[in-house]
Amino acid sequence: MGDFDFDVIQRSLPYLWKGMQYTLTLTLTAMTGGIFFGTFLAMAKLSVISPLSIVASAYVNLMRSIPLVLVIFWFYFLVPLLLQGLTGATEPVPVGSDQTALISFTLFEIAFYCEIIRAGIQSIPQGQVSAGKAVGFTYAQLMFYIVLPQAFRNMIPLLLTQTIVLFQDTSLVYVISVTDFLGAAAKVAQRDSRLVEMYSFVAVIYFLISFTLSQIVRRLQLKISIATR
Amino acid sequence: MITLDSVSKWYGKFQVLTDCTTAVNKGDVVVVCGPSGSGKSTLIKCINALEPFQKGSIFVDGTSVGRAKTDLPKLRSKVGMVFQHFELFPHLSIINNLTIAPIKVLKRSKDEAIENAMQLLDRVGLKSQAQKFPGQLSGGQQQRVAIARALTMDPIVMLFDEPTSALDPEMVSEVLDVMVELAQEGMTMMVVSHEMGFARKVADRVIFMDQGCIVEDTSKEEFFGSARSERAQQFLSKILSH
Ligand SMILES: Nc1ncnc2c1ncn2[C@@H]1O[C@H](COP(=O)(O)OP(=O)(O)OP(=O)(O)O)[C@@H](O)[C@H]1O
Ligand SMILES: [Mg+2]
Repeated sequence: MGDFDFDVIQRSLPYLWKGMQYTLTLTLTAMTGGIFFGTFLAMAKLSVISPLSIVASAYVNLMRSIPLVLVIFWFYFLVPLLLQGLTGATEPVPVGSDQTALISFTLFEIAFYCEIIRAGIQSIPQGQVSAGKAVGFTYAQLMFYIVLPQAFRNMIPLLLTQTIVLFQDTSLVYVISVTDFLGAAAKVAQRDSRLVEMYSFVAVIYFLISFTLSQIVRRLQLKISIATR
Repeated sequence: MITLDSVSKWYGKFQVLTDCTTAVNKGDVVVVCGPSGSGKSTLIKCINALEPFQKGSIFVDGTSVGRAKTDLPKLRSKVGMVFQHFELFPHLSIINNLTIAPIKVLKRSKDEAIENAMQLLDRVGLKSQAQKFPGQLSGGQQQRVAIARALTMDPIVMLFDEPTSALDPEMVSEVLDVMVELAQEGMTMMVVSHEMGFARKVADRVIFMDQGCIVEDTSKEEFFGSARSERAQQFLSKILSH
Protein backbone atom coordinates (compact mmCIF):
# COMPACT_ATOMS: atom_id res chain seq x y z
CA MET A 1 0.00 0.00 0.00
CA GLY A 2 1.41 3.35 -0.96
CA ASP A 3 0.20 6.77 -0.03
CA PHE A 4 -3.16 7.60 -1.54
CA ASP A 5 -3.94 10.85 -3.22
CA PHE A 6 -7.67 11.29 -3.33
CA ASP A 7 -7.22 14.88 -4.44
CA VAL A 8 -6.86 13.51 -7.93
CA ILE A 9 -10.62 13.04 -7.96
CA GLN A 10 -11.23 16.61 -6.97
CA ARG A 11 -8.87 17.85 -9.66
CA SER A 12 -10.38 15.80 -12.43
CA LEU A 13 -14.04 16.28 -11.49
CA PRO A 14 -14.96 18.43 -14.52
CA TYR A 15 -13.50 15.80 -16.85
CA LEU A 16 -15.20 12.97 -15.00
CA TRP A 17 -18.48 14.86 -15.11
CA LYS A 18 -18.18 15.08 -18.89
CA GLY A 19 -17.72 11.33 -18.95
CA MET A 20 -20.74 10.87 -16.71
CA GLN A 21 -22.80 13.07 -18.99
CA TYR A 22 -22.00 10.77 -21.87
CA THR A 23 -22.87 7.71 -19.79
CA LEU A 24 -26.21 9.23 -18.84
CA THR A 25 -26.93 10.29 -22.41
CA LEU A 26 -26.16 6.81 -23.65
CA THR A 27 -28.32 5.22 -20.96
CA LEU A 28 -31.27 7.51 -21.53
CA THR A 29 -31.05 7.30 -25.32
CA ALA A 30 -30.88 3.51 -25.33
CA MET A 31 -33.70 3.36 -22.79
CA THR A 32 -36.01 5.75 -24.62
CA GLY A 33 -35.27 4.20 -28.00
CA GLY A 34 -35.46 0.73 -26.51
CA ILE A 35 -38.86 1.28 -24.94
CA PHE A 36 -40.28 3.18 -27.90
CA PHE A 37 -39.19 0.79 -30.64
CA GLY A 38 -39.45 -2.18 -28.28
CA THR A 39 -43.16 -1.46 -27.93
CA PHE A 40 -43.66 -1.67 -31.67
CA LEU A 41 -41.45 -4.71 -31.92
CA ALA A 42 -43.48 -6.40 -29.18
CA MET A 43 -46.70 -5.68 -31.04
CA ALA A 44 -45.12 -7.03 -34.23
CA LYS A 45 -44.06 -10.15 -32.37
CA LEU A 46 -47.57 -10.70 -31.07
CA SER A 47 -49.13 -9.87 -34.42
CA VAL A 48 -51.33 -12.39 -36.19
CA ILE A 49 -49.62 -11.39 -39.43
CA SER A 50 -47.02 -14.12 -39.44
CA PRO A 51 -44.23 -12.56 -41.55
CA LEU A 52 -44.20 -9.61 -39.16
CA SER A 53 -44.07 -11.81 -36.12
CA ILE A 54 -41.36 -14.04 -37.60
CA VAL A 55 -39.09 -11.11 -38.45
CA ALA A 56 -39.63 -9.56 -35.03
CA SER A 57 -38.89 -12.84 -33.23
CA ALA A 58 -35.78 -13.39 -35.32
CA TYR A 59 -34.48 -9.95 -34.44
CA VAL A 60 -35.10 -10.44 -30.73
CA ASN A 61 -33.53 -13.89 -30.72
CA LEU A 62 -30.48 -12.67 -32.61
CA MET A 63 -29.83 -9.74 -30.30
CA ARG A 64 -30.38 -11.82 -27.21
CA SER A 65 -28.01 -14.51 -28.40
CA ILE A 66 -24.92 -12.46 -29.14
CA PRO A 67 -22.81 -10.51 -26.67
CA LEU A 68 -23.28 -6.77 -26.63
CA VAL A 69 -19.56 -6.26 -27.25
CA LEU A 70 -19.94 -7.99 -30.59
CA VAL A 71 -22.80 -5.73 -31.59
CA ILE A 72 -20.65 -2.74 -30.78
CA PHE A 73 -17.70 -4.10 -32.76
CA TRP A 74 -19.91 -5.07 -35.61
CA PHE A 75 -21.20 -1.55 -35.88
CA TYR A 76 -17.85 0.02 -35.43
CA PHE A 77 -16.00 -1.99 -38.06
CA LEU A 78 -18.63 -3.18 -40.49
CA VAL A 79 -21.01 -0.29 -40.84
CA PRO A 80 -18.32 1.99 -42.33
CA LEU A 81 -17.70 -0.72 -44.94
CA LEU A 82 -21.40 -1.11 -45.52
CA LEU A 83 -21.81 2.63 -45.99
CA GLN A 84 -18.89 2.57 -48.38
CA GLY A 85 -20.59 -0.07 -50.43
CA LEU A 86 -23.90 1.73 -50.35
CA THR A 87 -22.59 5.17 -51.22
CA GLY A 88 -19.87 3.98 -53.58
CA ALA A 89 -17.23 5.89 -51.68
CA THR A 90 -13.59 4.99 -52.21
CA GLU A 91 -12.90 4.53 -48.50
CA PRO A 92 -14.89 3.19 -45.58
CA VAL A 93 -17.22 5.92 -44.29
CA PRO A 94 -16.31 6.40 -40.64
CA VAL A 95 -19.11 6.55 -38.10
CA GLY A 96 -18.05 8.37 -34.95
CA SER A 97 -17.57 6.08 -32.00
CA ASP A 98 -20.04 8.10 -29.93
CA GLN A 99 -22.72 7.54 -32.56
CA THR A 100 -21.72 3.92 -32.95
CA ALA A 101 -22.25 3.40 -29.26
CA LEU A 102 -25.62 5.15 -29.25
CA ILE A 103 -26.93 3.19 -32.21
CA SER A 104 -25.61 -0.21 -31.22
CA PHE A 105 -26.82 0.11 -27.63
CA THR A 106 -30.25 1.20 -28.76
CA LEU A 107 -30.52 -1.67 -31.26
CA PHE A 108 -29.41 -4.09 -28.60
CA GLU A 109 -31.68 -2.80 -25.85
CA ILE A 110 -34.75 -2.78 -28.13
CA ALA A 111 -34.69 -6.58 -28.01
CA PHE A 112 -34.57 -6.68 -24.22
CA TYR A 113 -37.21 -4.06 -23.61
CA CYS A 114 -39.31 -5.77 -26.27
CA GLU A 115 -39.43 -8.98 -24.27
CA ILE A 116 -40.49 -7.15 -21.11
CA ILE A 117 -43.18 -5.24 -22.99
CA ARG A 118 -44.42 -8.36 -24.76
CA ALA A 119 -44.91 -10.09 -21.43
CA GLY A 120 -46.63 -6.97 -20.12
CA ILE A 121 -49.04 -6.88 -23.04
CA GLN A 122 -49.79 -10.57 -22.64
CA SER A 123 -50.51 -10.11 -18.95
CA ILE A 124 -53.56 -7.98 -19.75
CA PRO A 125 -56.64 -10.21 -19.48
CA GLN A 126 -58.46 -11.18 -22.66
CA GLY A 127 -61.62 -9.66 -21.21
CA GLN A 128 -60.09 -6.20 -21.39
CA VAL A 129 -59.21 -6.75 -25.03
CA SER A 130 -62.75 -7.93 -25.76
CA ALA A 131 -64.23 -4.96 -23.92
CA GLY A 132 -62.03 -2.56 -25.85
CA LYS A 133 -62.99 -4.13 -29.16
CA ALA A 134 -66.65 -4.19 -28.14
CA VAL A 135 -66.83 -0.41 -27.73
CA GLY A 136 -65.55 -0.06 -31.29
CA PHE A 137 -61.85 0.61 -30.86
CA THR A 138 -59.53 -0.14 -33.75
CA TYR A 139 -56.44 -2.22 -33.00
CA ALA A 140 -54.31 0.91 -32.56
CA GLN A 141 -56.84 2.56 -30.25
CA LEU A 142 -57.22 -0.62 -28.25
CA MET A 143 -53.47 -0.81 -27.74
CA PHE A 144 -52.96 2.86 -27.06
CA TYR A 145 -55.87 3.56 -24.73
CA ILE A 146 -56.51 0.25 -23.04
CA VAL A 147 -53.75 -2.34 -23.24
CA LEU A 148 -50.50 -0.37 -23.12
CA PRO A 149 -51.44 1.97 -20.26
CA GLN A 150 -52.31 -1.01 -18.08
CA ALA A 151 -49.33 -3.02 -19.28
CA PHE A 152 -46.85 -0.20 -18.65
CA ARG A 153 -48.19 0.39 -15.18
CA ASN A 154 -47.41 -3.24 -14.36
CA MET A 155 -44.08 -3.16 -16.16
CA ILE A 156 -42.45 -0.06 -14.69
CA PRO A 157 -40.36 -1.98 -12.14
CA LEU A 158 -39.06 -4.41 -14.77
CA LEU A 159 -38.31 -1.64 -17.23
CA LEU A 160 -36.36 0.24 -14.57
CA THR A 161 -34.45 -2.87 -13.59
CA GLN A 162 -33.48 -3.34 -17.22
CA THR A 163 -32.34 0.28 -17.26
CA ILE A 164 -30.09 -0.32 -14.26
CA VAL A 165 -28.46 -3.21 -16.10
CA LEU A 166 -28.13 -0.99 -19.15
CA PHE A 167 -26.55 1.77 -17.09
CA GLN A 168 -23.86 -0.62 -15.93
CA ASP A 169 -23.40 -2.11 -19.39
CA THR A 170 -22.66 1.28 -20.92
CA SER A 171 -19.14 0.94 -19.50
CA LEU A 172 -18.51 -1.55 -22.34
CA VAL A 173 -18.02 1.34 -24.73
CA TYR A 174 -14.41 1.38 -23.64
CA VAL A 175 -13.78 -1.20 -26.35
CA ILE A 176 -14.21 1.49 -28.97
CA SER A 177 -12.45 4.12 -26.87
CA VAL A 178 -15.46 6.23 -26.08
CA THR A 179 -14.89 8.44 -23.07
CA ASP A 180 -17.77 7.59 -20.82
CA PHE A 181 -17.59 7.89 -17.05
CA LEU A 182 -15.42 4.81 -16.67
CA GLY A 183 -13.38 5.78 -19.72
CA ALA A 184 -12.69 9.25 -18.31
CA ALA A 185 -11.70 7.81 -14.96
CA ALA A 186 -9.44 5.24 -16.63
CA LYS A 187 -7.63 7.93 -18.58
CA VAL A 188 -7.02 10.02 -15.47
CA ALA A 189 -5.91 6.90 -13.61
CA GLN A 190 -3.34 6.10 -16.28
CA ARG A 191 -2.12 9.63 -16.66
CA ASP A 192 -1.62 10.27 -12.94
CA SER A 193 -0.89 6.68 -11.95
CA ARG A 194 -3.77 6.75 -9.50
CA LEU A 195 -5.47 3.47 -10.36
CA VAL A 196 -6.70 2.52 -6.90
CA GLU A 197 -8.18 5.92 -6.15
CA MET A 198 -9.92 6.33 -9.47
CA TYR A 199 -11.32 2.82 -9.78
CA SER A 200 -12.58 2.93 -6.18
CA PHE A 201 -14.28 6.22 -6.87
CA VAL A 202 -15.89 4.86 -10.04
CA ALA A 203 -17.11 1.77 -8.22
CA VAL A 204 -18.67 3.85 -5.45
CA ILE A 205 -20.47 6.11 -7.92
CA TYR A 206 -21.82 3.18 -9.99
CA PHE A 207 -22.91 1.51 -6.79
CA LEU A 208 -24.65 4.59 -5.41
CA ILE A 209 -26.60 5.23 -8.59
CA SER A 210 -27.57 1.62 -9.21
CA PHE A 211 -28.45 0.99 -5.59
CA THR A 212 -30.61 4.10 -5.36
CA LEU A 213 -32.45 3.12 -8.52
CA SER A 214 -33.03 -0.41 -7.33
CA GLN A 215 -34.44 0.92 -4.05
CA ILE A 216 -36.85 3.04 -6.06
CA VAL A 217 -37.84 -0.05 -8.03
CA ARG A 218 -38.57 -1.89 -4.81
CA ARG A 219 -40.79 0.90 -3.54
CA LEU A 220 -42.64 1.04 -6.85
CA GLN A 221 -43.17 -2.68 -6.84
CA LEU A 222 -44.69 -2.49 -3.40
CA LYS A 223 -46.93 0.39 -4.41
CA ILE A 224 -48.15 -1.38 -7.52
CA SER A 225 -48.85 -4.60 -5.69
CA ILE A 226 -50.95 -2.68 -3.17
CA ALA A 227 -52.78 -0.73 -5.85
CA THR A 228 -53.71 -3.81 -7.85
CA ARG A 229 -54.81 -5.86 -4.89
CA MET B 1 -81.97 -6.38 -36.87
CA ILE B 2 -79.84 -9.49 -36.26
CA THR B 3 -80.11 -12.63 -38.32
CA LEU B 4 -78.09 -15.79 -37.93
CA ASP B 5 -78.21 -18.36 -40.66
CA SER B 6 -76.76 -21.85 -40.08
CA VAL B 7 -73.85 -20.55 -38.06
CA SER B 8 -71.28 -23.22 -37.21
CA LYS B 9 -68.04 -22.83 -35.37
CA TRP B 10 -65.20 -25.13 -34.45
CA TYR B 11 -62.38 -24.92 -31.97
CA GLY B 12 -59.95 -27.18 -33.78
CA LYS B 13 -61.91 -30.41 -34.20
CA PHE B 14 -64.40 -29.56 -31.48
CA GLN B 15 -67.65 -28.15 -32.82
CA VAL B 16 -68.94 -25.44 -30.47
CA LEU B 17 -71.85 -24.22 -32.60
CA THR B 18 -73.90 -26.32 -34.96
CA ASP B 19 -76.18 -24.74 -37.55
CA CYS B 20 -77.49 -21.98 -35.34
CA THR B 21 -80.31 -20.09 -37.04
CA THR B 22 -82.37 -17.37 -35.42
CA ALA B 23 -83.29 -13.72 -35.69
CA VAL B 24 -83.73 -10.82 -33.34
CA ASN B 25 -86.10 -8.11 -34.52
CA LYS B 26 -86.05 -4.48 -33.57
CA GLY B 27 -87.36 -4.03 -30.05
CA ASP B 28 -87.19 -7.73 -29.24
CA VAL B 29 -85.83 -9.01 -25.97
CA VAL B 30 -84.45 -12.49 -26.44
CA VAL B 31 -83.17 -14.51 -23.51
CA VAL B 32 -80.65 -17.27 -24.23
CA CYS B 33 -80.27 -20.05 -21.71
CA GLY B 34 -78.85 -23.53 -21.55
CA PRO B 35 -76.41 -25.64 -19.59
CA SER B 36 -72.81 -24.65 -19.03
CA GLY B 37 -70.65 -25.22 -22.09
CA SER B 38 -73.58 -25.25 -24.49
CA GLY B 39 -72.11 -22.38 -26.51
CA LYS B 40 -74.20 -19.41 -25.33
CA SER B 41 -71.25 -17.08 -24.83
CA THR B 42 -69.69 -18.20 -28.07
CA LEU B 43 -72.87 -17.53 -29.99
CA ILE B 44 -73.30 -14.04 -28.60
CA LYS B 45 -69.62 -13.21 -29.21
CA CYS B 46 -69.94 -14.24 -32.83
CA ILE B 47 -72.57 -11.54 -33.30
CA ASN B 48 -70.11 -8.69 -32.76
CA ALA B 49 -67.19 -10.64 -34.17
CA LEU B 50 -65.34 -11.08 -30.91
CA GLU B 51 -65.18 -14.71 -32.05
CA PRO B 52 -64.86 -15.79 -35.67
CA PHE B 53 -67.13 -18.48 -37.10
CA GLN B 54 -66.43 -20.79 -39.99
CA LYS B 55 -69.81 -21.51 -41.58
CA GLY B 56 -73.09 -19.72 -42.14
CA SER B 57 -73.76 -16.02 -41.97
CA ILE B 58 -74.62 -13.33 -39.46
CA PHE B 59 -76.13 -9.99 -40.41
CA VAL B 60 -76.35 -7.06 -38.02
CA ASP B 61 -78.37 -4.14 -39.29
CA GLY B 62 -77.77 -5.33 -42.84
CA THR B 63 -74.01 -5.71 -42.46
CA SER B 64 -72.44 -9.14 -42.85
CA VAL B 65 -70.30 -9.88 -39.79
CA GLY B 66 -68.24 -12.64 -41.36
CA ARG B 67 -67.22 -10.85 -44.54
CA ALA B 68 -63.52 -10.05 -44.59
CA LYS B 69 -64.14 -6.50 -45.80
CA THR B 70 -66.53 -5.54 -43.03
CA ASP B 71 -65.39 -2.62 -40.88
CA LEU B 72 -65.57 -4.44 -37.58
CA PRO B 73 -64.80 -1.50 -35.26
CA LYS B 74 -67.63 0.43 -36.88
CA LEU B 75 -70.00 -2.51 -36.56
CA ARG B 76 -69.07 -3.10 -32.94
CA SER B 77 -69.54 0.56 -32.08
CA LYS B 78 -73.24 0.07 -32.88
CA VAL B 79 -73.56 -3.07 -30.77
CA GLY B 80 -73.43 -2.64 -27.01
CA MET B 81 -71.96 -5.49 -25.01
CA VAL B 82 -72.06 -6.25 -21.31
CA PHE B 83 -69.75 -8.94 -19.92
CA GLN B 84 -70.04 -11.35 -17.05
CA HIS B 85 -67.02 -9.81 -15.33
CA PHE B 86 -67.92 -6.18 -16.14
CA GLU B 87 -64.58 -5.45 -17.83
CA LEU B 88 -64.50 -1.79 -16.96
CA PHE B 89 -61.15 -0.21 -17.78
CA PRO B 90 -59.42 -0.25 -14.38
CA HIS B 91 -56.93 2.51 -15.19
CA LEU B 92 -59.67 5.01 -16.06
CA SER B 93 -62.11 6.78 -13.77
CA ILE B 94 -65.80 5.96 -14.17
CA ILE B 95 -66.45 9.09 -16.18
CA ASN B 96 -63.50 8.35 -18.46
CA ASN B 97 -64.71 4.79 -18.89
CA LEU B 98 -67.91 6.29 -20.26
CA THR B 99 -66.41 9.03 -22.42
CA ILE B 100 -63.33 7.48 -24.01
CA ALA B 101 -65.16 5.53 -26.71
CA PRO B 102 -67.63 8.29 -27.67
CA ILE B 103 -64.73 10.74 -27.95
CA LYS B 104 -62.28 8.49 -29.76
CA VAL B 105 -64.64 6.37 -31.83
CA LEU B 106 -67.67 8.60 -32.43
CA LYS B 107 -65.52 11.78 -32.43
CA ARG B 108 -67.89 13.55 -30.08
CA SER B 109 -66.67 16.64 -28.27
CA LYS B 110 -65.50 16.15 -24.73
CA ASP B 111 -68.26 18.31 -23.29
CA GLU B 112 -70.94 16.49 -25.20
CA ALA B 113 -69.53 13.11 -24.16
CA ILE B 114 -69.38 14.12 -20.50
CA GLU B 115 -72.91 15.48 -20.51
CA ASN B 116 -74.25 12.31 -22.10
CA ALA B 117 -72.23 10.12 -19.71
CA MET B 118 -73.53 11.96 -16.66
CA GLN B 119 -77.09 11.50 -17.85
CA LEU B 120 -76.54 7.79 -18.26
CA LEU B 121 -74.82 7.50 -14.89
CA ASP B 122 -77.79 9.26 -13.36
CA ARG B 123 -80.06 6.80 -15.06
CA VAL B 124 -78.28 3.84 -13.47
CA GLY B 125 -78.17 5.68 -10.15
CA LEU B 126 -74.42 6.26 -10.00
CA LYS B 127 -73.96 9.92 -10.80
CA SER B 128 -72.15 10.49 -7.51
CA GLN B 129 -69.51 7.88 -8.39
CA ALA B 130 -68.30 9.55 -11.58
CA GLN B 131 -64.84 10.46 -10.31
CA LYS B 132 -64.10 7.10 -8.68
CA PHE B 133 -62.20 4.21 -10.21
CA PRO B 134 -63.79 0.84 -11.03
CA GLY B 135 -61.90 -0.91 -8.22
CA GLN B 136 -63.65 1.31 -5.69
CA LEU B 137 -67.14 0.18 -6.68
CA SER B 138 -69.10 -2.93 -5.74
CA GLY B 139 -69.78 -5.57 -8.36
CA GLY B 140 -73.36 -4.45 -8.85
CA GLN B 141 -72.27 -0.85 -9.27
CA GLN B 142 -69.56 -1.85 -11.74
CA GLN B 143 -72.03 -3.77 -13.83
CA ARG B 144 -74.42 -0.84 -13.90
CA VAL B 145 -71.53 1.36 -15.03
CA ALA B 146 -70.72 -1.22 -17.71
CA ILE B 147 -74.30 -1.02 -18.98
CA ALA B 148 -74.07 2.76 -19.01
CA ARG B 149 -70.76 2.55 -20.88
CA ALA B 150 -72.35 0.44 -23.58
CA LEU B 151 -75.25 2.89 -23.83
CA THR B 152 -72.95 5.87 -24.41
CA MET B 153 -72.47 4.61 -27.94
CA ASP B 154 -76.21 4.77 -28.70
CA PRO B 155 -76.22 1.10 -29.67
CA ILE B 156 -78.92 -0.32 -31.91
CA VAL B 157 -78.81 -3.55 -29.94
CA MET B 158 -77.42 -4.65 -26.59
CA LEU B 159 -75.79 -8.02 -25.96
CA PHE B 160 -75.49 -9.33 -22.41
CA ASP B 161 -73.39 -12.34 -21.45
CA GLU B 162 -74.53 -13.54 -18.03
CA PRO B 163 -74.52 -10.03 -16.60
CA THR B 164 -75.53 -11.09 -13.10
CA SER B 165 -73.82 -14.42 -12.61
CA ALA B 166 -70.63 -12.98 -11.12
CA LEU B 167 -72.55 -10.87 -8.62
CA ASP B 168 -73.30 -11.43 -4.97
CA PRO B 169 -76.99 -12.36 -4.68
CA GLU B 170 -77.97 -9.09 -3.02
CA MET B 171 -76.67 -7.13 -5.99
CA VAL B 172 -78.43 -9.04 -8.72
CA SER B 173 -81.65 -7.08 -8.57
CA GLU B 174 -80.08 -3.65 -8.90
CA VAL B 175 -78.60 -4.75 -12.23
CA LEU B 176 -81.74 -6.56 -13.37
CA ASP B 177 -83.81 -3.46 -12.60
CA VAL B 178 -81.68 -1.43 -14.98
CA MET B 179 -82.05 -4.12 -17.64
CA VAL B 180 -85.81 -4.35 -17.20
CA GLU B 181 -86.09 -0.60 -17.58
CA LEU B 182 -84.00 -0.76 -20.73
CA ALA B 183 -86.19 -3.51 -22.14
CA GLN B 184 -89.35 -1.60 -21.36
CA GLU B 185 -87.99 1.43 -23.18
CA GLY B 186 -87.85 -0.68 -26.31
CA MET B 187 -84.13 -1.51 -26.52
CA THR B 188 -83.35 -4.52 -28.68
CA MET B 189 -81.62 -7.00 -26.38
CA MET B 190 -80.08 -10.43 -26.52
CA VAL B 191 -79.41 -11.67 -23.03
CA VAL B 192 -77.59 -14.81 -22.00
CA SER B 193 -78.95 -15.40 -18.55
CA HIS B 194 -80.41 -17.94 -16.21
CA GLU B 195 -82.50 -15.30 -14.48
CA MET B 196 -85.87 -16.75 -15.36
CA GLY B 197 -87.62 -14.00 -13.40
CA PHE B 198 -86.15 -11.52 -15.81
CA ALA B 199 -87.13 -13.67 -18.77
CA ARG B 200 -90.72 -13.97 -17.54
CA LYS B 201 -90.97 -10.27 -16.98
CA VAL B 202 -89.60 -8.78 -20.20
CA ALA B 203 -88.54 -11.45 -22.69
CA ASP B 204 -90.35 -11.76 -25.99
CA ARG B 205 -88.60 -14.99 -26.83
CA VAL B 206 -86.47 -17.59 -25.15
CA ILE B 207 -83.73 -19.55 -26.88
CA PHE B 208 -82.58 -22.75 -25.28
CA MET B 209 -79.20 -24.10 -26.31
CA ASP B 210 -77.62 -27.47 -25.75
CA GLN B 211 -74.32 -28.81 -27.09
CA GLY B 212 -73.93 -26.00 -29.58
CA CYS B 213 -77.41 -26.30 -31.05
CA ILE B 214 -80.40 -24.06 -30.68
CA VAL B 215 -82.86 -26.60 -29.32
CA GLU B 216 -85.73 -24.27 -28.53
CA ASP B 217 -86.53 -20.89 -30.01
CA THR B 218 -90.03 -19.99 -28.89
CA SER B 219 -92.14 -17.28 -27.38
CA LYS B 220 -91.83 -16.82 -23.67
CA GLU B 221 -95.38 -18.07 -23.09
CA GLU B 222 -94.72 -21.26 -24.91
CA PHE B 223 -91.34 -21.80 -23.26
CA PHE B 224 -92.61 -21.47 -19.74
CA GLY B 225 -95.83 -23.24 -20.62
CA SER B 226 -94.72 -26.47 -22.18
CA ALA B 227 -91.11 -26.27 -23.28
CA ARG B 228 -91.01 -29.08 -25.75
CA SER B 229 -87.67 -30.79 -25.58
CA GLU B 230 -86.96 -33.06 -22.68
CA ARG B 231 -83.56 -31.46 -22.23
CA ALA B 232 -85.13 -28.04 -21.77
CA GLN B 233 -87.68 -29.45 -19.33
CA GLN B 234 -84.90 -30.93 -17.23
CA PHE B 235 -82.90 -27.74 -17.42
CA LEU B 236 -85.85 -25.61 -16.39
CA SER B 237 -86.76 -27.78 -13.44
CA LYS B 238 -83.14 -27.66 -12.31
CA ILE B 239 -82.71 -23.92 -12.38
CA LEU B 240 -86.18 -23.13 -11.16
CA SER B 241 -85.72 -25.31 -8.11
CA HIS B 242 -82.79 -23.17 -7.02
N1 LIG C 1 -61.00 -20.67 -26.73
C1 LIG C 1 -61.55 -21.88 -26.69
N2 LIG C 1 -60.88 -22.96 -27.14
C2 LIG C 1 -61.43 -24.18 -27.09
N3 LIG C 1 -62.64 -24.45 -26.62
C3 LIG C 1 -63.37 -23.43 -26.14
C4 LIG C 1 -62.87 -22.09 -26.15
N4 LIG C 1 -63.80 -21.29 -25.62
C5 LIG C 1 -64.85 -22.08 -25.29
N5 LIG C 1 -64.60 -23.37 -25.61
C6 LIG C 1 -65.51 -24.50 -25.43
O1 LIG C 1 -66.66 -24.20 -26.16
C7 LIG C 1 -67.80 -24.66 -25.49
C8 LIG C 1 -68.82 -23.55 -25.39
O2 LIG C 1 -68.30 -22.51 -24.58
P1 LIG C 1 -69.17 -21.28 -24.12
O3 LIG C 1 -68.32 -20.44 -23.27
O4 LIG C 1 -69.76 -20.64 -25.33
O5 LIG C 1 -70.32 -21.95 -23.27
P2 LIG C 1 -71.43 -21.27 -22.39
O6 LIG C 1 -72.70 -21.83 -22.85
O7 LIG C 1 -71.29 -19.79 -22.42
O8 LIG C 1 -71.12 -21.82 -20.96
P3 LIG C 1 -71.16 -21.10 -19.54
O9 LIG C 1 -72.57 -21.20 -19.06
O10 LIG C 1 -70.24 -21.92 -18.70
O11 LIG C 1 -70.69 -19.71 -19.72
C9 LIG C 1 -67.34 -25.18 -24.13
O12 LIG C 1 -67.30 -26.58 -24.21
C10 LIG C 1 -65.96 -24.64 -23.99
O13 LIG C 1 -65.15 -25.54 -23.29
MG1 LIG D 1 -70.70 -18.35 -20.99
